[in-house]
Amino acid sequence: MLAFVLRRLAQALLVMLTVGLIAFALFRYVGDPINNLVGQETSLAEREALRERLGLNDPFFVQYARFLANAARGDFGFSYIYRRPVAELIAERLPATLELSFAAALLALLVGIPMGVYTALRRRGVLAQGFMMVSLVGVSIPTFLIGILLILVFGVLLRWLPTFGRGEVVELGWWTTGLLTVSGLKALIMPAVTLALFQMTLIMRLVRAEMLEVLRTDYIRFARARGLKSRTIHFGHALKNTLVPVMTITGLQLGSIIAFAIITESVFQWPGMGLLFVQAINEVDIPVMAAYLMLIALFFVIINLVVDILYYLVDPRLRADRAVAHGHG
Amino acid sequence: MTAVGAEPLLRVEDLRIVFASRRGELVAVDGVSFAIARGEVLGLVGESGAGKSVTGAAIIGLLDPPGRIAGGRILFEGARIDHLPEEELRRLRGRRIGAVFQDPLTALNPLYTIGRQLVETMRTHLDIGAAEARGRALRLLKEVGIPAAERRFDAYPHELSGGMRQRVVIALALAADPALVIADEPTTALDVSIQAQIIALLKRLCQERGTAVLLITHDMGVIAGAADRVAVMYAGRIVEIGPVAEVLLAPKHPYTVGLMGSIPPLGRKVERLMQIEGSMPRLHEIPPGCAFHPRCPHMRPRCREARPEPVTVGPGHHAACWLFAEEGPDGRA
Repeated sequence: MLAFVLRRLAQALLVMLTVGLIAFALFRYVGDPINNLVGQETSLAEREALRERLGLNDPFFVQYARFLANAARGDFGFSYIYRRPVAELIAERLPATLELSFAAALLALLVGIPMGVYTALRRRGVLAQGFMMVSLVGVSIPTFLIGILLILVFGVLLRWLPTFGRGEVVELGWWTTGLLTVSGLKALIMPAVTLALFQMTLIMRLVRAEMLEVLRTDYIRFARARGLKSRTIHFGHALKNTLVPVMTITGLQLGSIIAFAIITESVFQWPGMGLLFVQAINEVDIPVMAAYLMLIALFFVIINLVVDILYYLVDPRLRADRAVAHGHG
Repeated sequence: MTAVGAEPLLRVEDLRIVFASRRGELVAVDGVSFAIARGEVLGLVGESGAGKSVTGAAIIGLLDPPGRIAGGRILFEGARIDHLPEEELRRLRGRRIGAVFQDPLTALNPLYTIGRQLVETMRTHLDIGAAEARGRALRLLKEVGIPAAERRFDAYPHELSGGMRQRVVIALALAADPALVIADEPTTALDVSIQAQIIALLKRLCQERGTAVLLITHDMGVIAGAADRVAVMYAGRIVEIGPVAEVLLAPKHPYTVGLMGSIPPLGRKVERLMQIEGSMPRLHEIPPGCAFHPRCPHMRPRCREARPEPVTVGPGHHAACWLFAEEGPDGRA
């Protein structure tokens, strides 16, 4: 187990170094950062001085190493636009994005898995067929359209929910949370639903397909021949066997929820990292873009690591070291 | 053998199983009747597709759609069990009728330890606590010949060999002390060297407990070694049924004669093994009359027109063939 985790950590490090290289390449090859820092009336000599002062004339590897060393400490330099440390900007925005993403992921799982199980068990039922049709809509309508439709119905026509922002937030140390106020929770509903809808339908369809597959297996037939109760068979034996693929996809999807909250955050003016990133692209604010890239990569790496460890816990066949100890009889 | 007047453990009467398909209904099993006495081992032999396994599945109510019982009756301990509500069937399965499946590599849930699967089965059917179930499970594992049962109790299926897993499957089938075990090709997926052990184990355990067995196989050797009586199926019908020694040594139906002739005898050299020409018809092209007539060396006009009913050809020995209906047991060419 330890060797396995260490191996995975080494792989994760390699991924981060590669992403770091790409992020660093942004500085060198996307525009000239000096142009973004100074006004039109700055002289060439002043520009050169600034370039020297920022270390932009150093050799490539020196700059890359410096970038990595700083990044490892969470220092991504100053935003060209806000003139503030990037780490500070991101720390401000991170709670909003994470709360939105986890709310969406939780919603997708808590609704998607039961619906997947239900549609698999009552394959020909009217309700199950209805779910499948709705899920098709969920998969095919683009996120921004769902967001806009929700705003139109619940924000503009019914006036039940706020149409933008995060509502009131409470500060817990450096973390700001909207989960502790009524207005914060109300503001969370529509963005979370918008962000969750696609994942929810995806998880539902995945669980359904996996369940149908598992229900056909010999061990489920044998479990029935042993006279076990349907509930035990469906939710114990069958569902547990669908978990490995579901975990894989859900893990990757959680990563994309965080990374692609951008669209939802734009539609709902949600003050998260996605919104920061979109502004950064518009303004060619490279330190922010680089930091965002690194952070998202880090999330993916962490999620994948957690999923790998979960495999280990769920599927005894992956714990190869045990098999040797028992041998064959 | 069933004593006269005593109710057999299981009685199948005129069973008909059909599969709905685009070409209409395919008849997989047609007019099958047999009985199993308490503690008796009945072998059910035939080629793939003869209807052996669906017969077994129908008895425990595990026919997969689109298959369904379209006619006949199945009586277990004197009560009808075909068309029972699912919940009542479930209480019967595992409790009164156990099952052994063909492939031990796929019959066990890979994510649960074998001990957990045993305890789960026992506690579903018997009113016992966790500790008692564990004790029973350990005893059962020892009985089916699993060495170091305490250690294996917490093993996952993938940690055991195929033969060991089939022993676990047998333990699972016997977990709640059923009166009947349906063993569907219990040795087919196993190594030849292990097959005999598993059959001997199944036979011994059932004998000790007085458990009857419906032993479904295509292997005549398995039947010869384990069964009391044997029923031979061809294209969804039983063509011959009788005591195992009679059917194997003095087969009456031309199909059984062909089957026996295709097995190489020990200790004596034969130039050519007998071979039945052609192959068993598929479900949608079963010919009228006797289904075997296109391949039968003794075919006569009548075989094409009407289906022969089983006639008695010896004590407890029946064959469904016009040869005997017309001329008696000795009228063969």
